[in-house]
Amino acid sequence: MDQIGFLEPRPAVIARRREIVADLLDLLPPGCLVHEPRELVPFETDAFVSYRRLPLAVALPETTAQVAAVLKYCNRYGVPVVPRGAGTSLSGGAIPQEDAVVIGLSKMSRILEVDYANRTATVQAGVTNLNISDAVSADGYFYAPDPSSQLACTIGGNIGMNSGGAHCLKYGVTTNNLLGAKLVLIDGTIVDLGGKGLDAGGLDLLGLVCGGEGQLGIVTEATVRLIAKPEGARPVLFGFDTSEEAGACVADVIGAGIIPVAIEFMDKPAIEICEAFAHAGYPMDVEALLIVEVEGSEAEMDAMLASIIEIAGRHGVKVVKESQSATEAALIWKGRKSAFGATGRIADYICMDGTVPLGQLPHVLRGTAEIVAKYGLRVANVFHAGDGNMHPLILFNANDPEDAARAEAAGNDILRLCVDAGGCLTGEHGVGIEKRDLMRHQYAEVDLDQQMAVRAAFDAQWLLNPSKVFPLEGRPAA
Amino acid sequence: MTPIHEPLSEEAAARLVQVAALSRSSLAIRGGGTRGLNAAPDGADILSTRGLTGIVAYNPAEMTMTARAGTPLEVVEAALTENRQMLAFEPCDLRGALGSSGIPTIGGVFATNASGPRRFVAGAARDSLLGVRFVNGKGEVVKAGGRVMKNVTGLDLAKVLAGSHGSLALMTEVTFRVLPVPETAVTIVVSNLNDAEAVAAMATAMSMSVEVSGAAHLPESVRGRFAGGVLPDGAATVLRLEGLAASVAVRAEKLAATMASFGPVARLDADLTARLWREVRDAAPYADGTPRPLWRVSVAPTAGHQLVAALRLETGVDAYYDWQGGLVWLRMEADPEAALLRRYVKAIGGGHATLLRARPEVMAATETFEPQADAVAALSARVKASFDPAGLYVSPLIDRKQGA
Ligand SMILES: Cc1cc2nc3c(=O)[nH]c(=O)nc-3n(C[C@H](O)[C@H](O)[C@H](O)COP(=O)(O)OP(=O)(O)OC[C@H]3O[C@@H](n4cnc5c(N)ncnc54)[C@H](O)[C@@H]3O)c2cc1C
Repeated sequence: MDQIGFLEPRPAVIARRREIVADLLDLLPPGCLVHEPRELVPFETDAFVSYRRLPLAVALPETTAQVAAVLKYCNRYGVPVVPRGAGTSLSGGAIPQEDAVVIGLSKMSRILEVDYANRTATVQAGVTNLNISDAVSADGYFYAPDPSSQLACTIGGNIGMNSGGAHCLKYGVTTNNLLGAKLVLIDGTIVDLGGKGLDAGGLDLLGLVCGGEGQLGIVTEATVRLIAKPEGARPVLFGFDTSEEAGACVADVIGAGIIPVAIEFMDKPAIEICEAFAHAGYPMDVEALLIVEVEGSEAEMDAMLASIIEIAGRHGVKVVKESQSATEAALIWKGRKSAFGATGRIADYICMDGTVPLGQLPHVLRGTAEIVAKYGLRVANVFHAGDGNMHPLILFNANDPEDAARAEAAGNDILRLCVDAGGCLTGEHGVGIEKRDLMRHQYAEVDLDQQMAVRAAFDAQWLLNPSKVFPLEGRPAA
Repeated sequence: MTPIHEPLSEEAAARLVQVAALSRSSLAIRGGGTRGLNAAPDGADILSTRGLTGIVAYNPAEMTMTARAGTPLEVVEAALTENRQMLAFEPCDLRGALGSSGIPTIGGVFATNASGPRRFVAGAARDSLLGVRFVNGKGEVVKAGGRVMKNVTGLDLAKVLAGSHGSLALMTEVTFRVLPVPETAVTIVVSNLNDAEAVAAMATAMSMSVEVSGAAHLPESVRGRFAGGVLPDGAATVLRLEGLAASVAVRAEKLAATMASFGPVARLDADLTARLWREVRDAAPYADGTPRPLWRVSVAPTAGHQLVAALRLETGVDAYYDWQGGLVWLRMEADPEAALLRRYVKAIGGGHATLLRARPEVMAATETFEPQADAVAALSARVKASFDPAGLYVSPLIDRKQGA
């Protein structure tokens, strides 16, 4: 199995390394440039840890103007740039390369304004996702998209990947909750897109930037929507004898027009891993578990739950367990949200992220099991079932190169299966380097050419995060 | 007479565009022609989607539909209604206000990003658009997105095509998300509030855990033109709740109790609610058969009434508010006052104003869309060129005057 490639470092840039570092030191305040090789190590990868590259330097600007100055410089001298938030990308989106300057937003982590009358928060890009909800929680609001990594990941990274989370079934993903952004283009131009209004004039450039994987510009500020917290919320556990039954139940609940806030799926291996870690009270004698969260008034939750229980009954549900207290509810979510971390404690894993039409869930779950068995590996499934966004975690041993290669190959087969079932390669983690070379399985050449032309409208020299998203061969000459 | 092309297939459309590209002619894309906006500028042929019709796939259980761009909206909605589903973003029908005829098409709905009162909870048209097939300015057939809700595979071209007003490409097929029709709906009416009080009341309502799915303020000047005149005397601030009957009842109690501290409270049943919000959506009070200039202005919710108050001091205007005050339907008495309006939009924190109606010579002399900041206009022009390098597709969104 071939390793995923990066672009060859530009010799002209490597040769000028010392000068570039000296110039950047001049452009930035003291303490805002990392360039000693030893200190660069923390930036060599993200959460897609199988790949590592040391960057040329890491700029940690404190203002939009400094971001603009660094970009302008890099654009002038043809130096690649890799934007970085918290580095929790699961697809290698934030992994640097030898000739690249990383621009990290970690020092821009202030909440600039909370405006309850308009229900917006304006924040710097380095603010963590959870910080926003925490800042407004006491006043009865929250920021809806909730990636499991929300304690660490930044709003800039969320915009980069158009991240989702468990509660996005009802509230939508990042793009549906983003009203405005301050974007610095590669030539240092600062543009304001959108604002506090619910829609903006002109072309929806913000819609392109969200999910642009750091290839269109660097976001330094964002205005996001706040939502009033529901009166109450109740996660309920539904245990089934087979994954197929659970998958079919999900399709029927949605098909019946019931849209809970969240429907999360775990299979037996995932249940065992999460229960051992979080002691969430998950039933252990089932093969598959759904966490369904309903919210609203007591009356509303009761009515919705009754309908869901009825549907689950038709699919042979074995256990229905309602959380009896806020503590129990929190534990249920703690178990789910620590699934990746808990898995990481028992084995190395790679996490797939394909989305499939709901009706295809049982088929794709079966296919996934077959593929993984064929490669002699193990898999744990834990994912956002309500919108068909699957996360098979393929377990392997990273110290064994052959095992790692098998895991990668199995992952690729699973993603092809998702696309062939009418779905897509990635629902929320992004293409990064991980799925880059599979893009042609989902898109025809002409489709990719159109995307690359749009990308070039923002960055004609392909300096921004250049090794990502688009297959390396077949790119237009910069 | 402007030549009108009506290809009957995506292939034929692509060939036509290729030929137009060779002969360097211009094309103005037209859906149902209900907007009156896209009267083709000089020298452009009209490229109509009317021959591209039909629902290609509809899977109620997966809540997605795929339809060709020229499919009449009513055909789409009839199929959805049969399954108790709907387009959650409530596309408006402006034929009454614009005094236009024609049949709205599903492609036109997405090309204009038409979105109604449910914007807060259901997003805009662009949020429902999952995938698109389109013919770019080179005559290539391209697909973007797909048919699943969550998809971050590559650039989200569907987003930029939504609301592009025919400036980038000819959309030939759209795949979109649909939602179940709520079991019931009720409207809480708070009477006699002035604009500023109404904005405060609506902000309070939206801060409660009752999931308001529509918040509009209908000043006294227009109140009588809604819901057959049954709204109580004085201005009406209207708040919609939707969902399961049991839950709506509980939420309505809670909301009414809180709103009582702002003014007298009344309720509208499900039928009147449906009628009222259709009228709010469609700018019904301005379906007045006149060519008096009509604007659709989007600003921050708390800024809408400030904008109108400022304008009132200088010119004759009438207005009502949707989106908690952030969407202003504005009718000028005489002149469109574009410069004045746009100056105030900037002054109250920014937003955008679109001129929907005026006498033809006034329309021709006025920027339809909000001019963009130079850097954004330049970037938009580059994005346009990436879809349409020769500038084949003409559209008032980015072709006229600005961006050049
Ligand atoms: C344990 C775990 C659980 C996770 N759970 C979820 C989940 O539930 N849902 C989900 O969607 N994701 C999840 N992720 C993936 C990851 O957390 C998200 O992709 C997250 O949004 C990345 O944020 P970050 O700040 O770490 O960005 P980074 O990883 O640093 O960067 C992500 C991408 O955005 C770009 N970028 C970063 N900042 C900016 C900026 N300011 N301007 C422009 N581009 C920028 C980068 O170049 C890169 O391409 C999980 C990851 C882990 C490790």
